[in-house]
Amino acid sequence: MSTLTSALDWLTTGASWRGEEGIATRLGEHVMLTATSVAIASAVALPIGIALGHLGRGGTLAINISNIGRAVPTLAVLVLLAIGPLGIGDLTTVLALTLFAIAPLVTNSYVGISEVDPGAVQAARGMGMSGGQVLRRVELPLALPMIFLGLRLATVQVVATATIAALIDGGGLGRFVVDGLANHEQNKVVGGAILVAVLALMVDGVLFVLTRLLTRVPRPTRARR
Amino acid sequence: MAIAASGTCLERNAWICGDYVRTRSDELWTATREHISLTVSSVPLGLVIAAVLVLFARRYRASVPWLGGLTNVLYTVPSLAFFALLLPVTGLSVTTVRIGLVAYTLVILFRGLLAGLDAVPDDVREAARGMGYGPARLLLTVELPLALPAIMAAIRVATVSTIALVTVGAVIGHGGLGNLIYDGLNSSFKSEVLTASVLCITLAIVADLLLVAVQ
Repeated sequence: MSTLTSALDWLTTGASWRGEEGIATRLGEHVMLTATSVAIASAVALPIGIALGHLGRGGTLAINISNIGRAVPTLAVLVLLAIGPLGIGDLTTVLALTLFAIAPLVTNSYVGISEVDPGAVQAARGMGMSGGQVLRRVELPLALPMIFLGLRLATVQVVATATIAALIDGGGLGRFVVDGLANHEQNKVVGGAILVAVLALMVDGVLFVLTRLLTRVPRPTRARR
Repeated sequence: MAIAASGTCLERNAWICGDYVRTRSDELWTATREHISLTVSSVPLGLVIAAVLVLFARRYRASVPWLGGLTNVLYTVPSLAFFALLLPVTGLSVTTVRIGLVAYTLVILFRGLLAGLDAVPDDVREAARGMGYGPARLLLTVELPLALPAIMAAIRVATVSTIALVTVGAVIGHGGLGNLIYDGLNSSFKSEVLTASVLCITLAIVADLLLVAVQ
């Protein structure tokens, strides 16, 4: 338990939060790495998942992407990129995290759109809506909770996974864990671990509340999840 | 340390290198065995714990959100951080990695088992009860067989994720093939990293196919 106490001491000391290698800087780096990766991944994955769902095609492809994504270790991708042409740097970390986030984003947006009640889609078509109108006015609003759920899952996973960026000398909160392990400073190892875990849970909570506010899920449909 | 052996592809530090596989086959085999043994010792243990949790959750329905939330929290804690948090307790041992891996399978298996059993139609259950089935016989001979596809799907996801996650154990020296990936990072040894990565993905695919075959 003394390790835990010394970790809490380290976390509650003002000095450990300041400076270029302080907690505040690392926290900022961690959030930036996560936000950049999720933003790029969303820009790539959401249109693909939504288009596949709208066309009602490529379901196997969408599911396979997510299965392959699960089987590929992020550590392997990170190291392959780091010792490959990209070298060590933030770009490598962001690319690895982006690749990691694409799979759940494609799958959830695909499932969200393709599980929209076919009756609603047919009714919209019957009213003379074009394909684009059906997508914008019917499918997207109905699929929004599912798409946001995918975004939330992906973001939390990226927050958690961004920790291993420190293994290739990247920034973020993982630095404390990795450097602490190398220098036998257990208070930093455990303190860093607590910081990442708390950050991941906070991001999860914030996105959960945001999803509720933005999608305003009516009570009855919640049961369908 | 890496480029001591003879052979041109090792000297050139090529991505694909038969000499590497030949000269380091012992190392590769040891790492693969550790990888398999970590997976095989974690997933079934996770399944047992998840099964106990699910039985409890079905007996006391009010506990479902709590147990679901708890497994979710475990899943949210980053694997690297999880191993680090366990360090004061279990040290740089293989147990540390195993506990982390089991914790990660719980969220997938708990949800899969619960959803699978809950999806069994009520009238099927009623019919079995009407025929005089007790709770244990109902679970084992009616509910489990019907829930099997959902349960197997969860086991497959848990297994494939675990095989990928084992690699992170390399930070504390027990990561199976991840050890080679991590070592290759430090020495920029390309064929070591690529070979270990490919083996790791192959393991995941083979395990998935095996589970499909079992099913």
